[in-house]
Parts: sequence; structure tokens; C-alpha cells
Amino acid sequence: MAEIVVRNLCKEFGDFVAVRSSSFKVEDGEFFMILGPSGCGKTTTLRMIAGLELPTSGEIRIDGEEVGQMPASRRDIAFVFQMYALYPHMNVRSNISYPLLSQGMRRAQVREKVAEVAGILGIQDILDSPISALSGGDRQRVALGRAIVRNPKCFLMDEPLGALDAEFRAHMSEELRALHNRMGATTVYVTHDQLEAMQMGDKIVVMNEGEIEQFGAPQDIYDKPASMFVADFIGSPPMNFLKFRISAESGATEVLLRNHRLPVPALREPFEGAAVYGVRPEHVRLSDSAGYRAEILASEYLGTTQILTLRTEDGEVKARTPSSQPAREGETVGLEFHGPTVTLFDEGSGRALRSDLNEGVLSRG
Amino acid sequence: MVDLVMRNVTKAFGTNVAVDDMSMTVNDGDFVVLLGPSGAGKTTTLCLISGLARPDGGDILFDGRSVINDTPAQRNVAMVFQNYSLYPHMSVRENLSFPLRSPILRTPEDQIKRKVHEVAETLRISHKLDSRATELSGGEMQRVSIGRALVRDPAIHLMDEPLSSLDAKLRAELRVELKRIQAGLGSTLLYVTHDQTEAMTMATDVGVLDEGRLVQFGSPREIYSDPVSLYVARRLGLPRINALPADLFAGAPSGASTIGLRPEHISHGEGRDATVVRVEHLGDETRLHLTLDGHSIVTLTDVHTELAPGDVVSVSPRDALYFDASGNRIA
Repeated sequence: MAEIVVRNLCKEFGDFVAVRSSSFKVEDGEFFMILGPSGCGKTTTLRMIAGLELPTSGEIRIDGEEVGQMPASRRDIAFVFQMYALYPHMNVRSNISYPLLSQGMRRAQVREKVAEVAGILGIQDILDSPISALSGGDRQRVALGRAIVRNPKCFLMDEPLGALDAEFRAHMSEELRALHNRMGATTVYVTHDQLEAMQMGDKIVVMNEGEIEQFGAPQDIYDKPASMFVADFIGSPPMNFLKFRISAESGATEVLLRNHRLPVPALREPFEGAAVYGVRPEHVRLSDSAGYRAEILASEYLGTTQILTLRTEDGEVKARTPSSQPAREGETVGLEFHGPTVTLFDEGSGRALRSDLNEGVLSRG
Repeated sequence: MVDLVMRNVTKAFGTNVAVDDMSMTVNDGDFVVLLGPSGAGKTTTLCLISGLARPDGGDILFDGRSVINDTPAQRNVAMVFQNYSLYPHMSVRENLSFPLRSPILRTPEDQIKRKVHEVAETLRISHKLDSRATELSGGEMQRVSIGRALVRDPAIHLMDEPLSSLDAKLRAELRVELKRIQAGLGSTLLYVTHDQTEAMTMATDVGVLDEGRLVQFGSPREIYSDPVSLYVARRLGLPRINALPADLFAGAPSGASTIGLRPEHISHGEGRDATVVRVEHLGDETRLHLTLDGHSIVTLTDVHTELAPGDVVSVSPRDALYFDASGNRIA
């Protein structure tokens, strides 16, 4: 279907810079997520790929062809919006047929195509229903159907599940991902929901204030965040941050936080100054013998695991531990951090220091 | 605070039975969460307790005394709703003081002042006391509405999905905070939600509702590990329990029609061969979507697994739950 390459893409609205020199590549057939908080420039980026906004500068290539200044109608893409944007006075069949009929396709062929798409989406039995009679999920399926039926080069989706409630959203995201697996069409999907991005994406680009913070496979981004922003935005609960000052040489495998020696993956650069020790909740272990002490403030039972909120001299820390392990509120315990998974950050810039853990990922940019 | 007892309470709206023969005890100082999907009777239960609706049958007792004929004001319950419902033209301080100034309570001014400060402190909104309600963020507004319930000393706190309109991060924060506040004040709290995480993480006891009936009542651990029915087993646990035909694996007891396998209760490496359909990396856990004889199974695996779609994994049950044809637990 299509490969999309975005290079040095910028968009300014007057004095406001919505997107600042973005570059990334969406491989053919990939399910690609643009993730970030509201106002980060993710929707603007998507709209530029679609041709609904023209870039201030930079390139957008779809299958090698520069489309940045081309009108939307000539790009052969399909856009699925958060709000369904269906024709309310038409039934399901007419809504799905519409893009084909307006292209001048013959009625018999349209019928065939609509039947095929309805089969893929499992909506054969509602083809003759009016839109007003449909549930939210069915409306979203119809909106998808109308996008799919044209057989476009790629799909662009702007929070298509944003309007649905949590349980149904989980179900639809499964369905959407399964649909993608069957069709294999390149999809660029915008969301502010980190779990949705992790769950559905082959690749994620994380944006913040118009800039790309990190770009890569979901697990890599989770394990090896390039910045404190990414480490905090992805994961629930997010990564713990312990702030301290260090003076470390390249190759160091320990850092000194107050009088505690804490393990880190071997550093690949020297650093001196205000730093942050970043550790994910599941890599914090309770250990009676550990010298780093903390008081258990709260425990949240989640089935096989529990999340503990602990008070340390360096602030609150969350730990994800097996729920079979007793943890009483008010109790003082020792904490151990799993060194190979730790990321150190430069507090000033927020960027991750290079180490044995993340070197491969960071050097790729 | 009081002990609340509901005894065979029933409420119907026309032919729709919203609450069906419900009996339940909430002891002084408990944090009870009623969990169920929309339409299960959660909100109606709260309305019956607060006196906003009158039951068709049964009795409701506060500290052993029937309150059926008491007005909502006489029952002295405090409610927090999903939507903040603050007075927009008032400051946070005025919003918090308002319930204390009610003609029934007639609290002295110095006491109001003290109470408001105490609650603001607990909820970490002291610095916002003089802001107008409309200047607050969503999370702050919801803290103020919780605060407005807490300043009073009601018989019981009733909360109707107070966190559901907040974003995920704030919800996670307020879960911990609410539990801490409730424990600190020793208040009795009845909380209804459709969010299983809220039920699991905050409750001393969870009541699971199904179409107006209370189908199980117990600690989160009890309900998670020892559900009475397939319905209950499905309400708790993420990803959801796998419900499969009992004969898919050997060893099902007689009469079993469904085997319930929690994703973490599936051993890998021996048993029946299943094909990997999808590997889902969530960061802190990795889910395997498998297919076995046409049935989908979700299980957990090593976070950095090498498995890929098309690979074959053998799986066998561990700590399985068995249910009969009507969904009741038999083993």
C-alpha cells in the first residue's frame, strides 16, 4: 500500500509553532501511532499528511511522491475522525456506497464492494438501518467502512475511539487492530492515550509541544525512554524519579544517592550535576536487607499484583509487587532497584544519559 | 458514622426491577464499593439509602433504626456525584462552608472555619480556598465536591462514580487519596462504580451487582480468587478471565460446562498446542493472544518475549475455576 516519509516538517499558525521540524518514517503496512498530550501538535501533523493543512516547510512523501502541497483529494488517503461524520439522513448502505458512487463506480460493482466491506466489519445485518438507530460502536464501524471501501493507500485516524466509554473502547481497539492485521493497510493513528498507543501500535512517535520526543517500537520506548517527558507520559503508574546530584564517569555502574549506592546500567557518557534516577514501578522490589528505606503509605490490590505507594527521603515512590507478598500500610521496608532497567536523566534538559541500556535506541534518534 | 443495614430491599420502575431483594451490611468505618455495569442498580441503591427514592419492599436501617420514613435531610447522608455540581458563583471556601450553614445544622462560624481548613488541608486544596469554583481544574473541582461531603459529619458518605469524568492519571491519584482520607477520618463510605480498578484498589468489601441483585459480597481478594459465578469472575481482572468449553483441557469435574482461566493461570511449555495470533506489549506486561481449536485465549508472558504470530505454545490450566451451564461456580 504505502510508505510515508515525513522530513523536517514545520507548521506555524502566526506566532504559534504547532509542529517544529518533525521527521519520521511510516513503513508500508505499519500501524503507526502519534502519541502526546493535547496541544502537542499530533493532530496538526496528521492533518498535514492528509492535506487538510499545508505545511509551512518540510516534506511529506507518500510512496516516494512529494505530496506536501498537493490537495487532499489527490493523495488517495482515507481519514477517520473522532466524531463519526456520517450522513445522518442516509442509511448504512448509502453512507458506505457514497464515496464509490461519487467516483462514478458502476452500481453493481458498488454493491459487491459494500457487501465485502460489511463482511469484514461484521455489519451485514444493519446495512439497511438508518444511522440514527445505531449504537456508538456501530456508527464507528460504519465510519470505518466508508473509509475502507475506497481501498485507499493509507488510513489516517484522529482519536477514532475517543468518544467511546472505556470498556467499549478496549473492545473496539482490539477489533480495529484485528482489522488492520487482516487488511495490512498503512495506518497513522493519533491518540493521547498511552495504553491505546502501546496496545495497538507497531511504532509510536511521542510528541510534546510541537516536537518529537522519541520514535520507536512500543516496548523500546517504554524500556528506554529518551526523556523524562516520555518516561512520565508512558506507563501507569509512570516511572519513578529520584532527584540527586552526581558526578559520574563514563563506565560507572553505580551512583551515589545521599549515602546509598544505587545500581545503573554502565554509563556511556560522563555526567556531573543535577540528575534524576528513573526506575519503573515493576523494577522496585521490597527487601528487608536493603539500606534504602521507605514507609508504605498505601497499597492498591490489582489481582496478581499490587501497587504500593511508598514515602522515601527523596519523595514518593510507586512499586508494583506480587500481591502474594504482604505489605502493610505504615510499615517501613527496604527498597531495591533493578539496576539494568534504570535510566538516568539530566534534570536540566530532561534528556536520558546514554548507557548500556539505551545506547542503541538513543543513537537511532 | 453509622452501621448501615439493607434488608430485602426491592425497587421497581414499572416492570423494570432496578433493585431486587438486596440485603447488605456496611459497618462503621468500612469502604464498600458496589460494582456493576450500567443498569445494574447501583445509582438506585444510593437513592434508596439517601431517601431520594422509596423502596417498594424491605427495610433500611441506620444503627439498627429504620429510616424508611425519614426525609433525606433527616437521614443526614452526604452524596458526591459524577459531575462536580459546585456552586459556580461561590469561592471554594463558600462551597465547602455551604453544607455546614444549612438551617438544620446551624454550625457556629468558628467551627465552620476550622472544619473547612481541616478538610482543605486533607484534600490539598488550601491554596485554592479563595478561588472561584470555575477557576479550578477538573481534578480540583472534584476534590472540592468530595470536600463538601467531608466537612459535614454525616451518617454515611454515598459516592456515585465520583472519579469517572477525570483523566486516567488524576483518577489514579485520587484513588489513593480518597482511600487515605477515608481511612484517616474513619468515615463510612458506600461508593458505586463500573470501574473494576476502583473497586479492587479502594474497597474493604466489594458488592457485585447483576441486574439489581447483589450476587457476591466480600473482600477484593476473595472476589477475585473465589468468584461464585462466571459473571463475577468476568467483572474483576484485566485482561478478563478466559471462559472456554470445559472439555478443551482434560480434568474437568463432571457437570462443568465452562472452564475459567485467568490470564496468569495458564502454564506454558506443556499441554495443548495453541497458536500465537498477536503479541501485545504494554510495557510492564506482555499479553499473548492465542487460538486453540478456534477459541481465543489471552495469557501473559515474559515482557521481552521472542514469540511472534504463528508460533506455537503449549498451554495448560493452573488453578482453574469451573462453572456449570448456568454459570454457577462448581469447583
